[in-house]
Amino acid sequence: MASHYEAPIRKPLVVGNKGYHDVTVDIAAPVEGRANKHWWIVFSIALVAFLWGVGCIIYTISTGIGTWGLNKTVNWAWDITNFVWWVGIGHAGTLISAVLLLFRQKWRMAINRSAEAMTIFSVIQAGLFPIIHMGRPWLAYWVLPIPNQFGSLWVNFNSPLLWDVFAISTYLSVSLVFWWTGLLPDFAMIRDRAVLPFQKKIYGLLSFGWSGRAKDWQRFEEVSLVLAGLATPLVLSVHTIVSFDFATSVIPGWHTTIFPPYFVAGAIFSGFAMVNTLLIIMRKVCHLEAYITVQHIELMNIVIMLTGSIVGCAYITELFMAWYSGVEYEQYAFLNRATGPYWWAYWSMMTCNVFSPQFMWFKKLRTSIMFSFFISIVVNIGMWFERFVIIVTSLHRDYLPSSWTMFSPTFVDIGIFIGTIGFFFVLFLLYARTFPVIAQAEVKSILKASGEKYKTLRDAGKPLYQISNAKISTEESVTQDVLMGEVAPKEGDKMGVTELLSSIGTFDATKETADDLKKVKGIGPQMEATLNQIGIYTFAQVARMTEKEYNLLDSITSSFPGRAQRDDWAGQAAVLLNNKK
Amino acid sequence: MYTFSNRLKIGSIILMAVGLLGIIGGFVMAPSTVEEAKAMVASHDDGHGEEAAHAESSDHGAATAHEEGHDASHDEHLLHQLQNKPWAALYVAAFFFMMISLGVLAFYAIQRAAQAGWSPLLFRVMEGITAYLVPGGIVVFVILLLSALHMNHLFVWMDADIVAHDEIIQAKSGYLNPTFFLIRAVIFLGGWIAYREYSRKLSLRQDESTDDSNFKLNFRISAGFLVFYLISESIMSWDWIMSVDPHWFSTLFGWYIFASMFVSGITVIALVTIYLKSKGYLKDVNDSHLHDLAKFMFGISIFWTYLWFSQFMLIWYSNIPEEVTYYVTRIEDYKLPFFGMVAMNFLFPILLLMNSDFKRVNWFVVMAGVVILAGHYMDIFNAIMPATVGDQWYIGIPEISAILFFAGFFIYWVFRALSKVPLQPKRNPFIEESKHFHY
Repeated sequence: MASHYEAPIRKPLVVGNKGYHDVTVDIAAPVEGRANKHWWIVFSIALVAFLWGVGCIIYTISTGIGTWGLNKTVNWAWDITNFVWWVGIGHAGTLISAVLLLFRQKWRMAINRSAEAMTIFSVIQAGLFPIIHMGRPWLAYWVLPIPNQFGSLWVNFNSPLLWDVFAISTYLSVSLVFWWTGLLPDFAMIRDRAVLPFQKKIYGLLSFGWSGRAKDWQRFEEVSLVLAGLATPLVLSVHTIVSFDFATSVIPGWHTTIFPPYFVAGAIFSGFAMVNTLLIIMRKVCHLEAYITVQHIELMNIVIMLTGSIVGCAYITELFMAWYSGVEYEQYAFLNRATGPYWWAYWSMMTCNVFSPQFMWFKKLRTSIMFSFFISIVVNIGMWFERFVIIVTSLHRDYLPSSWTMFSPTFVDIGIFIGTIGFFFVLFLLYARTFPVIAQAEVKSILKASGEKYKTLRDAGKPLYQISNAKISTEESVTQDVLMGEVAPKEGDKMGVTELLSSIGTFDATKETADDLKKVKGIGPQMEATLNQIGIYTFAQVARMTEKEYNLLDSITSSFPGRAQRDDWAGQAAVLLNNKK
Repeated sequence: MYTFSNRLKIGSIILMAVGLLGIIGGFVMAPSTVEEAKAMVASHDDGHGEEAAHAESSDHGAATAHEEGHDASHDEHLLHQLQNKPWAALYVAAFFFMMISLGVLAFYAIQRAAQAGWSPLLFRVMEGITAYLVPGGIVVFVILLLSALHMNHLFVWMDADIVAHDEIIQAKSGYLNPTFFLIRAVIFLGGWIAYREYSRKLSLRQDESTDDSNFKLNFRISAGFLVFYLISESIMSWDWIMSVDPHWFSTLFGWYIFASMFVSGITVIALVTIYLKSKGYLKDVNDSHLHDLAKFMFGISIFWTYLWFSQFMLIWYSNIPEEVTYYVTRIEDYKLPFFGMVAMNFLFPILLLMNSDFKRVNWFVVMAGVVILAGHYMDIFNAIMPATVGDQWYIGIPEISAILFFAGFFIYWVFRALSKVPLQPKRNPFIEESKHFHY
């Protein structure tokens, strides 16, 4: 899309000596390998939290909304706070994938997949709250404009809450389609590498029969751009409508015109913080440091700093306008926020959202992984408090001082919130094991322009790609050279076979059993027979093969040169070996 | 090197001369007594002054403060409005052209701070347009100063008699008082101009230097400037525009005005670029650059509409009398300019620039650009006029002359600045990327 030329002062987006095949192998690794202990521990914790949440939801629905801490003055509290918080978090995904796509920001390619996944999972959490709040969730379809004979009154189109139903369901659908479209070539990559028929079948279904032909790619790019164009106004509209839930009212502290863009900025702010939280862990656990680099984290920190400043500007504008308006109710609402009984919530919000992102002005801090992680958590907390402050402090002291009160959450409020966090992580952890977590097809498209390997080669004036011609047609076999790996022996040369087996190990038929090497993609019955003839019987042996052994093998068998390397026999065998254990 | 062609130079001087004559004419023709004002209204009173609606919706404290002698005070009010008219016309045009160069300055700072690779070829064009910020900003400041010296009644809160009868304005006088108002104006204009001049200096110095230190410093000060701009632009819009209706307030107002100046600025970048290309300059600027500018015109027009709608919808929906009066006045007295502006700023750009291919057709972009600029002039017109001239508005000699004068001044100053240095930066580290830019 964009030009392939890149200014020399731009830092590489893929670090390390990564070629195209390395990208494939690195990104397929978490899907093809097995989960380690840490994953199971985190997953179990998330699952327990989720189940606790499910319990609280069942209790709420079977007993009633009275199990929450709501009262007649504060009649909207944690439910809507959590709802707005989760919707807000979702925004970063669409921003990264759609808006940064339109702005041709190449760095988005390493993070868009996970950010979009986060969007979808957090919108699912957000969607739970209105449904639970209905009290009778089995009547949730009443929010749809369906004729009266289905049992409800015709919906109230004047209500922003109804607009929310449309906005969020549209948003979820478009995000899902956008996400899946991007996933097609990557699922196909996993399908093509799959060794077990079951996996092959599943990933074949998921990839919708992607063939990788030029026509597929052309359609893919067209659809991506159209969806990005659609998603951009959509992402603005979603949080705008969420802000309308408050701003269309006449409640002091809620009715203010800056709400729509300020909610959108706040949503992007919190979403990027959550992306940072997730990816800083993920890059470590899945060994993706070469793709999600410090530069990516730095850029996300800059977005956090920018949106945090915009949000701060909005806070101060609100505060100033409350005074400037001369409306005493408005003035009191803000005075009460800052100095009333909920002062701690207000000042937590101010500290977390306005003050803490300003540290990112310092390069040292914004390139520090630990500090970025810390700030991302701080911002997540701050943005939760922002919604709490807006909602609860505006309600708890209304026009009638005799009914002024405080809100205290019950264990059910807390349980449902924790449950959604658990549910979110359950989904995200499952995703991390089964989906290609980086858009490898897109990363490959920028590899030549922005990969460190190619940048270095280009700077050195070397060609970016050389066909490694392992077969050297020399008749004389000099033992010394064979040992040094400089000259390959010719077919049937015993020396070569010994050399090969010495590095990958021999097979002892009395102690070991032969594996079905045909499971490795690229090895057919013919090749298996050849390998057995040489003395290769097990996955373990194949797994130990490196470029040197591939070349030796090619020269011994002289059939399909380069095939073993292309299909990554060693990598496949390692996975098969792992699964066997 | 670009040379300021004689035809364009003479054209801009003619615009200024004609505009100046018209502006003077507007001041001369303004009534000086109540009788003259009444005679003027009577002579072409075709549906304008519906008194009841006007008295109710007007924001002038004086008109509603006195019950007895209502007619007399109303007539005096009419006189004030008509006397304000040439001033308001001058102010709207002066602000509009200043706003264009300020919008370009923001766009330029964003390009620098974002390390954009596509736009460095256009940096000299942007710097040329921001050159107008110095004289344009000073002109606006002089008008504000003259207001503070009671030469006109653009800002009613500067009138001590009105404030004496108006408790709402009294409560704001800690902020809305002429001294503080002018101090803020000096700080804002000073900050913008200082950044513009310094960044320009670094940009030129980068061409001659042997390393990237000027470029890096420019990146840093641009990021810092954007913070200053974020705050100063909001406050400026409250001061210079919102406070003409001193009772009314809207938290979104600053960002709304920002969208207006941003899209106007980008449009002018596109128009100047197309002009220079048509004269054979800017050889390395290709279709893709133009396409990108047109995309910004399209996108920011939609963004403007989003903010316009958000502000309008929330106030209309809540229907709180203190707030909704702003739109009631406009819909009653300014129906055509008010809704016409939305059509020009939203429907035209979205229809003309939706198609990808049209964004590369020069005359299409020019056509859309002219409509966008006219629409955003109307936006400022709708923001200033209802509070200053009430229902006595029309687009006549004072308004058109002021536009002509400032357009001429703008063209003269911008193209003179463009002719001073080569149009293409040499050593910007992204210049090669910009030359290779292909969408």
